[in-house]
This record gives sequence, C-alpha cells and structure tokens, in this order.
Amino acid sequence: MIALADLSLRWKIPLRVMAAVLGTALAVTAALVTREYDEMRQNLEAHAKSLARVLANTLVAPVLHDDIWRAYEILQSARDPVAIAPELQADVVLVTDAEFRVFVSSRPRVFPIGSSPASQGGAYGRLRAALMEGKSTAQQVIEPADSAYYFVMSPLVADGVALGHVILGYSKISFLPRFIGLVGRAAFVTLLVLLLIVPVSWVWARRTGAPLLALAEAMRHVPGDLETARLAQLPRSRDEIGQLGDAFGRMVGELKKKEELEDQMLVTERLAAVGRMSAGIAHEINNPLGGMLTAIKTYQRHGAGDPLANQTLSLLERGLSQIRNTVAALLVETKPKDRLFEPADIDDLLILVEAEAHARSVSVVTEGSLDSPLPLPATLLRQILLNLLLNAIAAADQGGHVRLGLTTEPAMLRLSVCNDGKHIPDEQMAYLFEPFASGREKGYGLGLWVVYQIVQQLNGGLTVDSEPGCTTFKVDIPYVKN
Amino acid sequence: MPLLPAHAERGALRIGLTPVFLDDQLSFLTRWRTWLERRLQRPVAFVQRGNYREVLDLVRGGKIDFAWVCGYPYVRYRRDLRLVAVPLWRGRPYYQSYLIVPADDEKTNSLSDLRGKVFAYSDPDSNSGFLYPQYRLTALGENPSTFFSRIFFTWGHRKVVEAVGVGLADGGAVDGYVWETLAEVQPALTDATRVIERSPDLGHPPFVARPDIDAAELRQFRAALLDMPGDAEGAELLHLLRLDGFIAGHPSLFDEIARMAVRVRLM
Repeated sequence: MIALADLSLRWKIPLRVMAAVLGTALAVTAALVTREYDEMRQNLEAHAKSLARVLANTLVAPVLHDDIWRAYEILQSARDPVAIAPELQADVVLVTDAEFRVFVSSRPRVFPIGSSPASQGGAYGRLRAALMEGKSTAQQVIEPADSAYYFVMSPLVADGVALGHVILGYSKISFLPRFIGLVGRAAFVTLLVLLLIVPVSWVWARRTGAPLLALAEAMRHVPGDLETARLAQLPRSRDEIGQLGDAFGRMVGELKKKEELEDQMLVTERLAAVGRMSAGIAHEINNPLGGMLTAIKTYQRHGAGDPLANQTLSLLERGLSQIRNTVAALLVETKPKDRLFEPADIDDLLILVEAEAHARSVSVVTEGSLDSPLPLPATLLRQILLNLLLNAIAAADQGGHVRLGLTTEPAMLRLSVCNDGKHIPDEQMAYLFEPFASGREKGYGLGLWVVYQIVQQLNGGLTVDSEPGCTTFKVDIPYVKN
Repeated sequence: MPLLPAHAERGALRIGLTPVFLDDQLSFLTRWRTWLERRLQRPVAFVQRGNYREVLDLVRGGKIDFAWVCGYPYVRYRRDLRLVAVPLWRGRPYYQSYLIVPADDEKTNSLSDLRGKVFAYSDPDSNSGFLYPQYRLTALGENPSTFFSRIFFTWGHRKVVEAVGVGLADGGAVDGYVWETLAEVQPALTDATRVIERSPDLGHPPFVARPDIDAAELRQFRAALLDMPGDAEGAELLHLLRLDGFIAGHPSLFDEIARMAVRVRLM
C-alpha cells in the first residue's frame, strides 16, 4: 500500500471521496433491498397464511362430505388465472386427510387422489414429520433448509377435530424474478444518483485538495528560490489551510529578510575592512608624503636656480599632490567644526549639477524641502548629495528624469535620489560601494565609497533599490536637536 | 283461447332442468324461455337445482309442471311421472353412455383396466353417468362399490369431462350426447379426454310432467316442443342444442334402462 500512500493528494482526496460516495450508495442500496425483500417475504407469508386459512374454512364441508369435486373447484377458484403477482401464486395446493393422504390437489397428475405426498420425495418427504412436531390445530410455516420450496399448512378443523390439512407450497425460485427486478431497480436508481453526485463530489474533492497542492508547490521552492515561493498564489481563507498559508508566507518573509540581512552584513563587513585598510594605507602614505612635499617646498623657496631641477621637482610636486588628493578622497575625515546644513545648500547643489544635467537633457526635480537649518555638517551632506545627484544624472536616460526627495522628521533627515534608465545589475550590487568598483570609464569610482564613508561616520543608513526604470538611493541620517 | 285466463291465474309455467344437456348456457336459456312464452302465451320459469334428485322431488311433488330429466329416474318413478316428449339426437330418440379416460392415458382401454383407480360419476340419478357403468361392472361380475379405490360425483356431465381431463379422476362416465355437443362447443375440454367405451343405444333423457298435470296443458307443451323444427327461431334453438327435434315417444323406449336398473339393484 506504499504506492497508495505516495499518491498525490490531487488524486488521493477525490479517490477517497469517491470511495466514500460509492460505499454509502452501496450500503443504502443494500439496506433498501434487504428491507424490500423482507417486506416482500412478509407480504407473501401473510397472503399465504390468510389464503390457507380461508381455504381451510371453506374446505371443511366438502372434506366432511367426501365431495372431491367441490373441493377441487374451490382450489381452482383460489387460483388467479391472470397472475398479476406470480410469486403470490401457490405452486401447489394440497388437501390431505387425517392419514396424510391426498384428498385433492391443485395438480392431480402430480399428486393423485389417495397418494401420499411424501412419495414425491424431497421437501414433501419431510412435511409429515414437521406436521407431527407442531400443534395439530395451529397454522405452521415450514421451510425445509435445503429445499427450493416452503410451505404454509393450515389444519382443517371441525369441532376441534383435525380432519386433515391444507398445504400451500411456494417455490422460492418464482420469487427470484421479482427480487432480481427489485435489485435491478435499486441499482438503476443508485446509478442515477451516482451520476449526479460523482461529478459534484469530484469537483469538491479537487477544490479541497487545491490549496494544499498550491502550498506544497510553493514549499518546493524553499530555500532555493525564495522569491518564487513568496510570489506563489497561496490559499486565502481563515481555516487551517489558510492559516498554514499565512504562516508559510511569514516564514518565507523572515527567511528572505534573513538572507538580505546576511548579504548586507557581508557587504558591510567587507566595506569596513576596506575602510580600515585604506585608512591605514592613507596614514602610512600621508606621513612620508607630507615630508616629501615640505622638502620640495623648502627647495623651491631656497635653492632655486637649476632650471632642470626646478622642472623635475615641479613634476614631482604635481604627482605627489595627486597622490595626496587620491588618498584624501579615500580617507574621508570629519571636520569637528562645520557649519549647519541649510536650505540654501540645496539650491547650491541644484545649481552645481545644472550644467551636467543640461548636457544630458536630464530634468532634476526636488520633492520636499528644508524649512530650517539642521544640526548636521553641511560640507559632508553636500558631498553626499552632490555625488548621488551626479551619479543619477549620469545613469539616467538621455532626456530622462532625476528626483531628489527630502523629508525631515524630528530626529531624522531622509534623503532620496531617484533616476530612470538602466538599473544596476545584481552581480554589481554586492560591490557597489567599494572603491574603484565603478563600471564607468569616467572617474575613479570613489563617489559611492565616499558617500558610504560619510553616512557611516554620521551613523546613518544607506540603501539602494534598483529595478528597471527606477533606481533609488535612500540615505537616513539621524541628528540631535539642540 | 278459453284456457288462457285460467293459465294466467295459475301464473308461470315452471320447467325443471337438469344437466342432461348443457344447462349452464344462460343466454341460450333466455332465448328458449322467450320462445316458449310466445308459443304458450304464458310466462315460463326455468327451475335449476344442484342435482337431479331435487328436480325430481319437485316434479313428483307437483311443485313444478315439467322437467327434463334422465331416463333412469323416469323409469324409477314411472308411476309418479308422465312422459311428455323425447328428443331426437342424430335423427333418433337414443343416446349412449361414454366411458372416458384422460387423453394422455394410453394404457387404459376398457372399464376393467380401471380397477383400483379413481372414478368420476356425474350424478347418482343419472343413467349414462352412473347406472350404466354400475350395470357394466355388475355384468362383468364385479362389485361396483369396491371396484374403484375412490369415486366421486361432479353433479354434471361437463364436470366429469373436466375432472377426467385434468387427471383428478382416472376415468369417468358421461352422457354421450353432452360429450359430443361439448366437442363442438368447447373442444378444448373433450380433447383432454379419450372415449374408450360406448354403451348400446339407450332412451334419450325425456321431458316429463308432474302426475296431476292438466291434460290440455300437457298437450299444449308437447305440441310446442314437437313444433320447434317448424319455426325459424325454434329450429335455431334446436341447432344450438344439437338436437333434431322432439317426438311424443313411448315409455317402452326406456325398457332397457329399467332392465339395467333392476339388474343392478338385484346385486
């Protein structure tokens, strides 16, 4: 039965429902047929008993007067020449005398006058013994176990004395056609009902199974493909399956969140390591660099004369300055003293990016505004927004749109920069904020690294959400009101 | 018609019938009664009873005027009865007693083969259905009361044919005229039987009158019966009876029956 246990609910539920429907139908039919059969038997027996009683009463006089012909006529009149119910027709009617010899019978050729019914053998052989057992003046129903006949015997009683018996013999076989007809009718009705119920039950059963199947299908994607699992059509109901679906949805959500968190932590840790390394390298470079630049300055101021040396030193100075700038860019330093971030800073920024936007026919829109200065370092915030806006303008389509969003909350400044155009591919996302990770040919690829460093230093949060046609960088920076 | 008022005063003419013919054809009886009423100019009532004896008692006691009875009771009570008319069957005032057995019984070919069997008589007052077989057995040196294992009366010739046909009786004695008529009217009944012996010619069951019958009344009734063939409806009725007519007849017609009765009673 392992095969059955392994069968999909898609089939198992409908099959079980079908089995239940069929079982019920069979049980009901069997019960009805049994009941009908019993009723039929009782009817027949009651009919036979009353007929035997009537015959016994009527036949007393002819038997007493030895009027065989009259008795025979009475037996004939008890026969229905056009049998409406053939099974109610006695197969044979015997009238026996006190010595159990045939006085008259409805079938004189088989049971001639004066013969013994026992000479027919079979069930008739046992009739007399059965007769002796019962009370001689009471009606009896005798059904020999292995006989195709059963008998109803009524005594012929005159003044308390038994003159003989009226014996009605019924063939059980004549009963059969009507019983078969009965079973046939019951089967037909059952079939009709099944014809109606089966399709309905099948559909119901399929519907019952469908939510479970959907759930199972969704579960198969866990943990490999959480996104598909999340988007799966799950049952919406308040029953157990609905609750299961809800729980599953929550679970997938949690799993996804965890996965994202893990990814983010990985990125954060890597960025932190890169930060620490670059800070160390910057420090190690800055020290000798400062000395070298001071030495060159000193030489230029005091020992100038040799044009070749001057030219060479000037070349060295430019190179070293470039190194210092690059290192400075890698190593963002918070100036302890900075002015507040003011609404005018936004206007400045828009002016600053206007030339670039104009060149690419990109429109820049601002949503929200600053009402008052915020206690945040203006230089750093300007750096963040400038980098993000320039990136957005560069990434937007020709003639596209860039949107700058500003929201101030009591202890949080929320910034967002959004552009249309191509989105950032997934494989690039993981390294997006790392230095020199830019996919672009222009620039060093330090813009987002700088933004990241600043946001880190300001204890803020930075998220990026990139879908085709919409890439959004969100920056949340907390501040403390005076 | 000076007698008519007197007749009217006495009411209907009462005629007793017995199963010496097929007396259970009610539509025929109605036609015959109507015909007699028109012919006799007075009401006629047919009187039927369960056996010969009751009808005989009625006519002998003067309770009814006429009766169609068997030759055997006629000879027995000849002094109390007056012969009115005798039917002509196949042109003669005679008929026979038939000994019949079931058609499927091919072994029984004579009365003596029926020893120890079940036998059906029609009526103890019937010549063909009782006296003749009794006489035959006596003539054979048998005791009629022990020869058969079982006997019963059916109180009618037609029923003897039925009883033998279904096998209730192994043999039976029946009025030959009734059997032959049945063979034409209801062949299914006679087909189930086979005639194994026929008696010599015996006087056909006659019409008799009560002993104190008015001579004119007797004459009138006899004339009516004798005139039946001369009348279209009467001839039609005779055809239904399968008879050719009636004759006045003579009591000596029944001498043979009387002789048999004496012989049987002597036993």
